[in-house]
Amino acid sequence: MKRFEEKIVLITGGGSGLGRAAAVQVAKEGAKLALVDLSKEGMEETKQAILAAAPEAEVITIEANCANESEVEAYVKQTVEQFGKIDSFFNNAGVEGKQNLTEEYGAEEFDRVVNINLNGVFYGMQHVLKVMKEQGYGSVVNTASVGGIRGVGNQSGYAASKHGVVGLTRNSGIEYGQFGVSIKAIAPGAIMTPMVEGSLRQLGGDNWEEAGKEFVSVNPMKRFGKPEEVGYLVAFLLSDQADFINATVIPIDGGQSYKY
Amino acid sequence: MGERKVAVITGGGSGLGQAVALRLAKEGVSIVVVDISEKAGQKTAHLVEEIGANAIFVKADVSKAEEVKSYVDKTIEEFGTIDMFYNNAGISGPGVKFVENTIEQIDMVLGINLNGALYGLKYVLEVMLANGGGRIVNTSSTAGVVGQATVGTYSATKHAMVGITKTLAAEYAAQGIVVNAIAPGTTETPMVRAYKEKNPDAFVNATEPIPQKRLGQPEEVAELVTFLLTGNAPYINGVVVPIDGGFTAI
Ligand SMILES: NC(=O)c1ccc[n+]([C@@H]2O[C@H](COP(=O)([O-])OP(=O)(O)OC[C@H]3O[C@@H](n4cnc5c(N)ncnc54)[C@H](O)[C@@H]3O)[C@@H](O)[C@H]2O)c1
Ligand SMILES: NC(=O)c1ccc[n+]([C@@H]2O[C@H](COP(=O)([O-])OP(=O)(O)OC[C@H]3O[C@@H](n4cnc5c(N)ncnc54)[C@H](O)[C@@H]3O)[C@@H](O)[C@H]2O)c1
Repeated sequence: MKRFEEKIVLITGGGSGLGRAAAVQVAKEGAKLALVDLSKEGMEETKQAILAAAPEAEVITIEANCANESEVEAYVKQTVEQFGKIDSFFNNAGVEGKQNLTEEYGAEEFDRVVNINLNGVFYGMQHVLKVMKEQGYGSVVNTASVGGIRGVGNQSGYAASKHGVVGLTRNSGIEYGQFGVSIKAIAPGAIMTPMVEGSLRQLGGDNWEEAGKEFVSVNPMKRFGKPEEVGYLVAFLLSDQADFINATVIPIDGGQSYKY
Repeated sequence: MGERKVAVITGGGSGLGQAVALRLAKEGVSIVVVDISEKAGQKTAHLVEEIGANAIFVKADVSKAEEVKSYVDKTIEEFGTIDMFYNNAGISGPGVKFVENTIEQIDMVLGINLNGALYGLKYVLEVMLANGGGRIVNTSSTAGVVGQATVGTYSATKHAMVGITKTLAAEYAAQGIVVNAIAPGTTETPMVRAYKEKNPDAFVNATEPIPQKRLGQPEEVAELVTFLLTGNAPYINGVVVPIDGGFTAI
């Protein structure tokens, strides 16, 4: 069964990690893709991964900064010009930010992280939902985090922005349900992507793999999640099969957020 | 799928349980239909066989621990293992304000929805732990996440499904058990569908508070349960997934 046959899927942060995993999954199921990222090389690698898994797939790449509203408006416009519609939107680009105490975090870092993770997600919804409302259908998955539903510590800007993503998801899901659009968020725990590797390097330097083992020792499943698992969840949530799941946040964290 | 997987479904004779049985059958899963109603349970087993999957029906009242033990034993006798458990049998109770319930009415809802679900988890988990793992979905409800008038005892039992789901995830994840719950809003099961056709006006009020302005379909719930029981994302664990058009977000 190909759930994404003839479907157009737009993915931000498509140049790495979770965005790439979701892109490969929906491409295998027939989707045509627009990838958005700051990193041109990242998107090129994703495109190769997509073509390896789904040689027939049609992919465009758009270099854009999600924290800049006019660039967001432009990537949405370019996607619609290219494909004529947007069936599904994985609103996913984000950064981790510094790890330190709240008093040390600093206004500049806070603004930077919130601008990308929260403003960027809002801009994306604002411009994509206009298109979907006109179409009368569409699905959106926003990437929150366990840090968006629980207190994790040492990540003020990240926590604020990811809790904000959950709030936006509930708010807009309630507004757009009547227009045939469903909006949900995912809350990944520790998924082994370049972002998490970077974060472990902040903790453990060259011994980051040891730091990783320590990190997941408190997870009920005692392992990191795989990007492919998140890609599989995102594909389900973006598909017609999950249309009635709306305005909610689905954790994918091995049970971590429920253990404490 | 290589060797045939085995799923036990309680309340499999009707509604959500039947929809999940038929959907899993399409994946080639062998189905054990557990129900208090012989007629309903046999019917589902028959429909599963028509799809081409194996099925047996086991008559049991889930509120009786010895009957729960016996549906688990019968499953092992027939199929040798349990890979998936859809813990779903339930009743809604009388639909009156809480004080107006008799003690017998309270006990009946608790007996089926709460005790029945916990007995099932205990005996099924014993098998799954011995076999190195398995996947479970518990049926909660929007009434297990928020308060709704006139379903007090029901709501208490459905909130309990959330608690046991999270606890089991914390306890058994490292032993290969994946356990989640679903929280459906009002779903157009055949019973609800029949009622709706007779009382169309009552249903305008039912859909008004739902952001998507419609009820759920049993087939949609079955897709979600199938995703959780068979999908390639076992890192989803200890989660309660609402499938309610946004109803509980308000
Ligand atoms: N990996 C995890 O464990 C985890 C856990 C919870 C949440 N998340 C979230 O998942 C999302 C993806 O994370 P990931 O782990 O794949 O990270 P990643 O660093 O591997 O990928 C993120 C991608 O987003 C791009 N990006 C960053 N800022 C951008 C901007 N301003 N405009 C456009 N593109 C930008 C990056 O270039 C990169 O390609 C993020 O929102 C992250 O917060 C990840
Ligand atoms: N349909 C909905 O709108 C909805 C919404 C939220 C949650 N739920 C829950 O989903 C589950 C299934 O509901 P449904 O709508 O499919 O109901 P249903 O009445 O259509 O089916 C329930 C089945 O359970 C069986 N059953 C009842 N008592 C039993 C017992 N003691 N032992 C064994 N089997 C027994 C019945 O014979 C019936 O076949 C229930 O737990 C219910 O609370 C339903």
